[in-house]
Amino acid sequence: MQSVPAIPDILKLKRASGSPRRFQDILVIILFLLPALILFLLFVIYPISQSVYYSLFNWKGFGPAVDFVGLDNFKSILADRVFLIALRNGFFIIVFSLLFQLPLSMLLAVLVGRDLPGRVFFRAIFFMPFVLSEVITAIMWLFIFNPDPDRGFLNAVVVLFGGKPVSWLGNPDIVLLVIFVVLTWKYFGFHMLLYLTGLQNIPTEIEEAARIDGANAVQSFFRITLPLLGTTIRTSVYLSVLGSIQQFILVWIMTKGGPVNASETLATYMYRFGFVRFQLGYGSAVAIYMFLICVIFSLVYQRLTRRPDYLTGL
Amino acid sequence: MPFAYLLPRWLQRTLSRFFHYLALILIVVVVVVPIVMLVFAALKTRGEVMSQPYTPPNPVRWENIQSILGGAVFWGMLRNSLVVMLVVTAAVVVICSLAAFVFARMEFKGKNWAFNLFTLGLMFPINIAILPVYLVLRQMDQMGVNVIDSLWGVILVQVAFALSGNILILRGFFTAIPAELQDAAYIDGCTVFDFFWRILLPLAKPALASVAALTMIASWNDLLVPLIVINTETLWTLPLGTMQFQGQYGQDLALVSAFVALSAIPTLIFYLFAERQIVSGLTAGAVKG
Repeated sequence: MQSVPAIPDILKLKRASGSPRRFQDILVIILFLLPALILFLLFVIYPISQSVYYSLFNWKGFGPAVDFVGLDNFKSILADRVFLIALRNGFFIIVFSLLFQLPLSMLLAVLVGRDLPGRVFFRAIFFMPFVLSEVITAIMWLFIFNPDPDRGFLNAVVVLFGGKPVSWLGNPDIVLLVIFVVLTWKYFGFHMLLYLTGLQNIPTEIEEAARIDGANAVQSFFRITLPLLGTTIRTSVYLSVLGSIQQFILVWIMTKGGPVNASETLATYMYRFGFVRFQLGYGSAVAIYMFLICVIFSLVYQRLTRRPDYLTGL
Repeated sequence: MPFAYLLPRWLQRTLSRFFHYLALILIVVVVVVPIVMLVFAALKTRGEVMSQPYTPPNPVRWENIQSILGGAVFWGMLRNSLVVMLVVTAAVVVICSLAAFVFARMEFKGKNWAFNLFTLGLMFPINIAILPVYLVLRQMDQMGVNVIDSLWGVILVQVAFALSGNILILRGFFTAIPAELQDAAYIDGCTVFDFFWRILLPLAKPALASVAALTMIASWNDLLVPLIVINTETLWTLPLGTMQFQGQYGQDLALVSAFVALSAIPTLIFYLFAERQIVSGLTAGAVKG
C-alpha cells in the first residue's frame, strides 16, 4: 500500500468537525446509506429475527402464533429421518463437488489455458450453462433422462449399446448422483472461469523459470501453479459449498425431492413444510438451522484458510 | 503413452495437441447435447417427436413457435420479466453505488459494523431465506402494502438480496480509485456529491456495467421469488410461466420444447453481447470477495 500524501492544512481546517464540510459529509453518509439499509433491514435482517421467534411456536399461519412450544421444533427436526437424509444429501453434493466438479473445472481451465487457438470459443460454450436459468436446465435434463428410450436421449444411447433402459430419476439409489451430474453441467463453467482468471494473474515467467530448471509440466503444475492459485481455489471451494447447501429449483423441478425423499435437500425440506404443509413454525426452525449451518461454515472456513499466501494479490 | 518418447518430436507434439482438443470437444458435446435436443424437438410436430425423436428436424416446422408467439401468454410473461428486470437492475445499480461509495470513500463511526452487517447477507442467500421473507411479505400485505401477488413484491425482494454482493463488488472498484483524485476535486471546490456524480461514477462505468449485467441475469432467471409471491397468471414471469407450461403441457414434448427454447433465447442473446461484463463482474466479486 502506498501511503496517502498528507492533506494540505487548508483542507484539514475545512474538514474540522462542525464546519460546513463535515455537516455535508454526515448528510451524504445518511442519505446514501439509507435506501440500502432500509431494504436490507426490512427484507434480510427482520425476516431472520422474526423466524427465530416463529420457530418457537407450533403455528399453521392462521391468526397470531400462540401455541408456544419452546425448542420442540428444533428437537423434532433433528429426530426426523427425512431431515437427516436432506443433511446427508447436502453433504454428498458438497463432497462430490469438491472431489469431481472442481478438479474437472481446474483441468479444463488448464486445457483451455492462456494461448490455445479457439480458447474464446471453448470458454463461451463451457460458461453457457451457467447463464441459462435453472428452470430451463431442469426441463432440458428431464427430457434427456426420460426413462422411455423413444423419448429420453440418454436411454436411447444406452439401448443403442445393448443396455437396458435406466430409470435415472426414479431409482433412489442413483437419483442423487444423476442430479449431481446436472449440477456439474450447470456450474463447472463458473469455476473454470474463476480458475482461468486466476491463471491469467500468474506471471508466465515463473513457470518458464521452473521449466528451465528442469521441472516437467506435471511438476510445475502441482508445485507452482496450484499453490499460486490458492486464493482463487479457496473462493471457489467456499462458493461451491454454500451453493451445494442451498440447492432448490433444479431438484424441485426434476424430482420434488423424491423418489421417497432420496433426493431431498435442506431447501426442498424447508419448502415442503413452509409452502406445501404450511407448518410455518417448523419451517422457520428449518430456516434457522440452514442459516446457522451457513454462518458457522463461513466463520470456520475463514478462520481455517487465513494463512499467509505465497504471493499476495493473486 | 509409455513409449511416446520414441516418436519424433513433431509427431509427439501433434498427438498431444490432438488429445488436448479431443478432451475439450468431448466436453463441448456434453454441454451442447441437451440444448441441441431441445431445439430439434422444438422444430418438429408432435408426431415427428414420437416417431423420430433424435434426428434433426426435416423439414423444419415452425408451427409450435408460431402458435406460442401468436398467443398473448408468452408476450405477457416476457413483459412481466422485462419490467421486473429493468426496475430491479436500475434500483440495484443506484442503491449499491450510493452505499458502496460511503463504504469506500467516507469515514464515520460504526462504518465497519455497518459493512459487516451487509456482508452477513452473503451467508443468508434467498434460497434459505425464502420462508422468513414470505412471512414478512404476508405481514406487509395484511397491513395494506400490496406486495403479495404483485410484481412489486418480486422487485423488492430481488433488490434486497442483490445488495450484499454488489455493494462488495462496487466497493472494491471504488476503493481502487486513487485518493489524490478525491483531494484534488475537493481543493477545486467539488462537493462530496459532485465528486461522486461527476468523477467517481464515470470512472467506474465498467464496474457499473458488470453489476448491471449480473443483476439482469439473476433477476431474469429467478424462479423462486416469483413462485412464492405471484399467483395470478397474468403476472407470471417467464421462468415461472415456463415451469407452469411444462406442468400443463408436459406430454406435448414438441410444444414444451418450443416454449423452453423461446424462453432461453433472450438470455443467450444477452450473454452474447454482455459476456465480457458478466465475466469480469463474477470474477471481480469472487476473487476479491
